[in-house]
Amino acid sequence: MAAQRANGKQRLILAGAGLLVASVAIYAAFRLFAPPPPEMDTAYNTVSRDGLYQVMFEPETQPVPLNETHDWVVVITTPEGAAVEDAQISIDGGMPDHGHGLPTEPEASENPGEGRYRVEGMRFNMGGHWEIRIGIDAEPGLDEAVFNLDL
Amino acid sequence: MGMARRLFVSFALGGLVALAGCDSSELSEDEKAKIASLSIDALGPLPPSPGNRFADHPRAAAFGQLLFFEEGLSGEGNVSCATCHMPDLQFQDGLPRGVAVGESDRRTMPLAGTGWNVWQFWDGRRDSLWSQALTPLEDQREHAGNRTAFAHYIAATYPDGYAEVFGALPVLDGLPANASPLGNEAERAAWAAMGEDERDAVNRVFANLGKAIGAFERTLHPPETRFDRFARAVAAGEVAKGDAAFSDLEQEGLRLFIGKANCLECHNGPRFTDDHFHNTGVPPVAGLPDDLGRAKGMADVLADPFNCLGPYSDAAPEACEALRFMQRDAAVMERAYKTPSLRGAASRPPYMHAGQINTLDGVIDHYSTAPEAVSGESEIRGVVFTDRGRRALIAFLKTLDVEPLSGPPGRSP
Ligand code: HEC
Ligand code: HEC
Repeated sequence: MAAQRANGKQRLILAGAGLLVASVAIYAAFRLFAPPPPEMDTAYNTVSRDGLYQVMFEPETQPVPLNETHDWVVVITTPEGAAVEDAQISIDGGMPDHGHGLPTEPEASENPGEGRYRVEGMRFNMGGHWEIRIGIDAEPGLDEAVFNLDL
Repeated sequence: MGMARRLFVSFALGGLVALAGCDSSELSEDEKAKIASLSIDALGPLPPSPGNRFADHPRAAAFGQLLFFEEGLSGEGNVSCATCHMPDLQFQDGLPRGVAVGESDRRTMPLAGTGWNVWQFWDGRRDSLWSQALTPLEDQREHAGNRTAFAHYIAATYPDGYAEVFGALPVLDGLPANASPLGNEAERAAWAAMGEDERDAVNRVFANLGKAIGAFERTLHPPETRFDRFARAVAAGEVAKGDAAFSDLEQEGLRLFIGKANCLECHNGPRFTDDHFHNTGVPPVAGLPDDLGRAKGMADVLADPFNCLGPYSDAAPEACEALRFMQRDAAVMERAYKTPSLRGAASRPPYMHAGQINTLDGVIDHYSTAPEAVSGESEIRGVVFTDRGRRALIAFLKTLDVEPLSGPPGRSP
């Protein structure tokens, strides 16, 4: 009886550990290959369409605010992790379900180094699903990163 | 294992029972969050007005209040801002289109909460309250005055009131009685004949009148409504009592508003506006000049010498966020108008930018039939309302109504 109970407990722990490993792996795969879900509000990370860049952004205020003009910091590296400097950045986007664009025309204003770019003038005027496209033109070539966020 | 499973099963059953026992009128967490986002309690502090360094000076506001009600600031001495923005009518006039010297092409907008606006006017052709105030003063259908005449009038009537806030008036002797770049032919000629410094001096006085009026308007805050008291109770997890309690119909309407009817897409936040412009297919009024809405308003605000980036603004250029990041695609903004606040709307028909719709029932009809826009593309997709749904939505909009102001700002400060 007692041995059996210990056995059960061990199995439970093992199963739990297995589950944990699996979920971490799934989570990592998800982060790599899928647009980040809205709950992941600390950093948004994706690979550009043609795989030239790894692109991450951080909104100035968390969570991404509604009806407030705010800044983002976009960080661009090569897939190997080298910072990409002097990129020409364009920001575009909208709500695909509603067929309209952003209410503002944001601009990348400065590139303080380390692949970081300040994007000013971000604004979202509705809750719901938004798509943000960041066009990048730098040494490795022209490419675009797409982020999906739900507000 | 047996024990664990039994435990799990009983948990699951318990959950089922709880769900089934759920009152159908219980609000979900998501609904509660949306309700809180609309509450007056979610209204942040008045945003700064970087172009107006007198925006929060009480003395400027007091002087502005005087000017707001001053009929002397008009071509014939019989029009003030309050001619159309009447304090007892939520600072509007209840007419399809504002009337003073003539009839304008748009409906008079209420003023409570305009200090929070990003853009002023239905088409957002001004980017601040102070620059907005200068527009009706020289509009020939509204105050029908001109800036040089206003400067002379202030020098004759309120030299001390002006000086207390802005410093001494410039010397105006020898300047024409009537001159403005926007006036009639004679006034424009007189303006052109003035020296650069003289024009600048008059513009500065004119801009300061706007800054005083803007400071006054910033004191007009949206009052608390029944909806806000309901929302406060919901946020606190309490049962709304007394006048804060919603009837079944009102709660149904609220649910539609934040849910299936999609109203929240545009009428969101504590002012029930997203501060943006949308083509909603409201038909133009026959006989009025063609009105392209925001498509034209965006060009107008860029050309306005009194905008945030102009020489009469007190703002550092970086502070002019609205203008710097303005959406400039005129094709997308064709016949788009600013989302109006719905606070107080129930008791101030008619509706829409030129008073096209007479009743709330008519407004719901509009959202249900979703007519195609005359030009540009309407963003409205028709929503089918049941008879009860329609009544519910209207009942909800009425909970946003404001009681008549108990102590409206009087004619003199
Ligand atoms: C003839 C009536 C009339 C007079 C007089 C008048 N207004 Fe208006 N007001 C209107 C109309 C009509 C609109 C909307 C016009 C448009 O969008 O083109 C408006 C819009 C506004 C707005 C924009 C509000 C918003 O939410 O965008 C403000 C602020 C305002 N008026 C303040 C004033 C002030 C200050 C004065 C006096 C200096 C004044 N008005 C004089 C009729 C008038
Ligand atoms: C796509 C954005 C959008 C959606 C969705 C929307 N509205 Fe509007 N609403 C507007 C705009 C823009 C106007 C002004 C249009 C005009 O004057 O041409 C307006 C005007 C109104 C007015 C008149 C207010 C006034 O002062 O004239 C009411 C009432 C109103 N909406 C209620 C609703 C309700 C109820 C719903 C949901 C069924 C809704 N709206 C959905 C954008 C929207």
